[in-house]
Amino acid sequence: MQFMLLFSRQGKLRLQKWYVPLSDKEKKKITRELVQTVLARKPKMCSFLEWRDLKIVYKRLYASLYFCCAIEDQDNELITLEIIHRYVELLDKYFGSVCELDIIFNFEKAYFILDEFLLGGEVQETSKKNVLKAIEQADLLQEVSQFNFSGQSTGMV
Amino acid sequence: MPAPIRLRELIRTIRTARTQAEEREMIQKECAAIRSSFREEDNTYRCRNVAKLLYMHMLGYPAHFGQLECLKLIASQKFTDKRIGYLGAMLLLDERQDVHLLMTNCIKNDLNHSTQYVQGLALCTLGCMGSSEMCRDLAGEVEKLLKTSNSYLRKKAALCAVHVIRKVPELMEMFLPATKNLLNEKNHGVLHTSVVLLTEMCERSPDMLAHFRKVGLVPQLVRILKNLIMSGYSPEHDVSGISDPFLQVRILRLLRILGRNDDDSSEAMNDILAQVATNTETSKNVGNAILYETVLTIMDIKSESGLRVLAINILGRFLLNNDKNIRYVALTSLLKTVQTDHNAVQRHRSTIVDCLKDLDVSIKRRAMELSFALVNGNNVRGMMKELLYFLDSCEPEFKADCASGIFLAAEKYAPSKRWHVDTIMRVLTTAGSYVRDDAVPNLIQLITNSVEMHAYTVQRLYKAILGDYSQQPLVQVASWCIGEYGDLLVSGQCEEEEPIQVTEDEVLDILESVLISNMSASVTRGYALTAIMKLSTRFTCTVNRIKKVVSIYGSSIDVELQQRAVEYNALFKKYDHMRPALLERMPVMEKITTNGPTEIVQTNGETEPAVLETKPPPSGLQPASQANDLLDLLGGSDITPVIPTAPTSKPASAGGELLDLLGDLNLTGSPVSAPAPQVAQPPFLLDGLSSQPLFNDIAAGIPSITAYNKNGLKIDFTFERSNTNPSVTVITIQASNSTELEMTDFVFQAAVPKTFQLQLLSPSSSVIPAFNSGTITQVIKVLNPQKQQLRMRIKLTYNHKGSAMQDLAEVNNFPPQSWQ
Repeated sequence: MQFMLLFSRQGKLRLQKWYVPLSDKEKKKITRELVQTVLARKPKMCSFLEWRDLKIVYKRLYASLYFCCAIEDQDNELITLEIIHRYVELLDKYFGSVCELDIIFNFEKAYFILDEFLLGGEVQETSKKNVLKAIEQADLLQEVSQFNFSGQSTGMV
Repeated sequence: MPAPIRLRELIRTIRTARTQAEEREMIQKECAAIRSSFREEDNTYRCRNVAKLLYMHMLGYPAHFGQLECLKLIASQKFTDKRIGYLGAMLLLDERQDVHLLMTNCIKNDLNHSTQYVQGLALCTLGCMGSSEMCRDLAGEVEKLLKTSNSYLRKKAALCAVHVIRKVPELMEMFLPATKNLLNEKNHGVLHTSVVLLTEMCERSPDMLAHFRKVGLVPQLVRILKNLIMSGYSPEHDVSGISDPFLQVRILRLLRILGRNDDDSSEAMNDILAQVATNTETSKNVGNAILYETVLTIMDIKSESGLRVLAINILGRFLLNNDKNIRYVALTSLLKTVQTDHNAVQRHRSTIVDCLKDLDVSIKRRAMELSFALVNGNNVRGMMKELLYFLDSCEPEFKADCASGIFLAAEKYAPSKRWHVDTIMRVLTTAGSYVRDDAVPNLIQLITNSVEMHAYTVQRLYKAILGDYSQQPLVQVASWCIGEYGDLLVSGQCEEEEPIQVTEDEVLDILESVLISNMSASVTRGYALTAIMKLSTRFTCTVNRIKKVVSIYGSSIDVELQQRAVEYNALFKKYDHMRPALLERMPVMEKITTNGPTEIVQTNGETEPAVLETKPPPSGLQPASQANDLLDLLGGSDITPVIPTAPTSKPASAGGELLDLLGDLNLTGSPVSAPAPQVAQPPFLLDGLSSQPLFNDIAAGIPSITAYNKNGLKIDFTFERSNTNPSVTVITIQASNSTELEMTDFVFQAAVPKTFQLQLLSPSSSVIPAFNSGTITQVIKVLNPQKQQLRMRIKLTYNHKGSAMQDLAEVNNFPPQSWQ
């Protein structure tokens, strides 16, 4: 996978994960163009399209959120749909019936979860349970580290 | 200084902004606060501030001043700081920044941290965006972690290694030892990432590939895959009843690489592939994803034919699936295999053709491409019907490609000439404006060559444009045909269908309408005007009308039309005796490659799109090939055909002379007036030359040559150079006949390399009397701006002793003074 974008029906970016090195300017350009292309798709069209020399796999969820992945020629489009599906399940389990607002207000957590599921554009863990367990543990670690010696919370973020 | 506001609070606040300007203001305010907070080197709230910065960055605002802060966070001992710090690094830093390298040490330390989650962060960041330098520095650490027993770290290390290899391929070797035991793991995470790592290595290095084949990787993978399929329900990895589809797909992909071009490996995986192909549940996308990967593998390795047929049948079933994604994927795969497994794909032809009616544009396009690939002699009628129907109803973006595809297929597989013409007609009338420009000359050639269909074709074309003459390609082809075969049209000679009653005036009406219409492009008007002119020799009653039309356009604003009209006028006035011959029926054109460029060859009075062949390599041409000879001058260089200024006589030839300079004009030889350069000729190559001799009388200085001497025909060249233009050489040829019988209908033609330009003036006569008692003289003007060595190929045709003679020769003995 080269990159994954999450954006709303209005074209607002909710998450961007890039697995290839590109300048900020290039990323902005790609994002703008791709968002436009995907938003223009009609509901009856399939989830795949060719864009530049990449294959784009996208899924529209919760009526307002688009999950969009750019994969390479030799990658399997259908399994990419499953990857998107799995990520949504993870978010769902973590946030408890996830909605777009959860992702907006807790974007850093969405990233943490993604980074336990994918690494360098590839799936690193195929067990839902293990991903969630790792996040849980890390969250706990974070909680613990927030307390200084006197036991007062310094209030994370 | 009050504590900086919390992240969620900021998000809430920013979302209340009602306008872009309001949002910008809030952001700017907060950025200022964050900046001063950074300046104060506040450790406590750095994390919070960077998090806010990351949010604002996602909204599109600049956040580069936070880059260094991310580094400070990474270096912190607090997990929270590290978590946000690494996230910030991945979002704000990339290899281009110099700051990037400062991370290396931190990452190195964190790779050896006591807490696995810290190690995990470091591995993740390195594996995501590590530069080549960083990868080089830290590869050793990654390799170490690849051998750890901690599966949480091992799986991340594997993917990190993949990234390192992608960045620095030379480092691949160092990871080899660690791969030995990777697949012995039970942990699916490690298994999956290990397969990815092995895939990367095998794809990049043939040595690695050979190594892994040798150490029995294939049987090992087969075993793992088998366990996945056979084992019972495993809740942890189950997706809709399938056990770990992600791992299955990756294993299948690795098997593909191992089995490619390798008989043994392919055989070893044959059974498992068959098993997966037949047993995988197809009701959900998950199962189909695995089947898809299986099919790709089967088609790419050396599988036995039974397996291949099974794979194609799976694709065929995919085509019937309700899920359009599956149909899309099937069409894409079939397109890849249609060349190699043509017959198997043919079996699914009807399903593929049905996909032409799909609603999704991508699916339609693929179905169209696949359909064209499947057309053959047996199914052409049926397929064409479907494709023509598709052409009627498809989106405009397809029409050009579809039309071109139909023409190509029709040309290859047409069952009959009539069918072919009908198909062309159908395309022209339904998608006439989308037909590519280069199709017009091809179609004209096709029509010309279908001799028995001329009457039918012109009738149908006439009827087609009667109602509507807006589709340019259609009108062009129709005009051309009417011009050529108008006589058949008015005489009602059609065999194929009921002949229509058309008068000459009616025909001229429609052509004139085309000329006048605003919808007609300039090119189209040219066609129409030429067609009208041609009809002057084919029609009997309306010649005066034609004359009138032609003379009107002599003052047309359109230069192209004006030129033609002027020339045609000249034909009527001065050269009326030549008109019939000039405008005679075009002969059958020699078949040429459809890839050749088309060029308008300006022949005297008749501007036709003629098809010139791009020069194929000289070895492909035989000197005997008549039509190409003149153009095959110097073994591979393109040349310009010579444009004679006045018609010269030449014997009729049966065919294949299209590429002759004069476009096969069968003219009655009649003596023309003495060479009078530039009289009533359109401006040609050598502008500025007047009829006064501007030439040095150094004719004596340049030796003359005998350019040709064979069978009693001798042609001498004498040279003169121009005073005013040093690039011009004037050659006077003298043809003499030493035999006892005269040579009649003598035509001299010449061709030169592309860097030259040539102008042939009128010959003194077309008869060379016998016994050297007289000569034909003719003047050639050569423009040689690049002062290249002059070479020429000449073609001679004449009648002698009752038979038609023809010869080609190359003239290479030009004296240096003639061109230097």
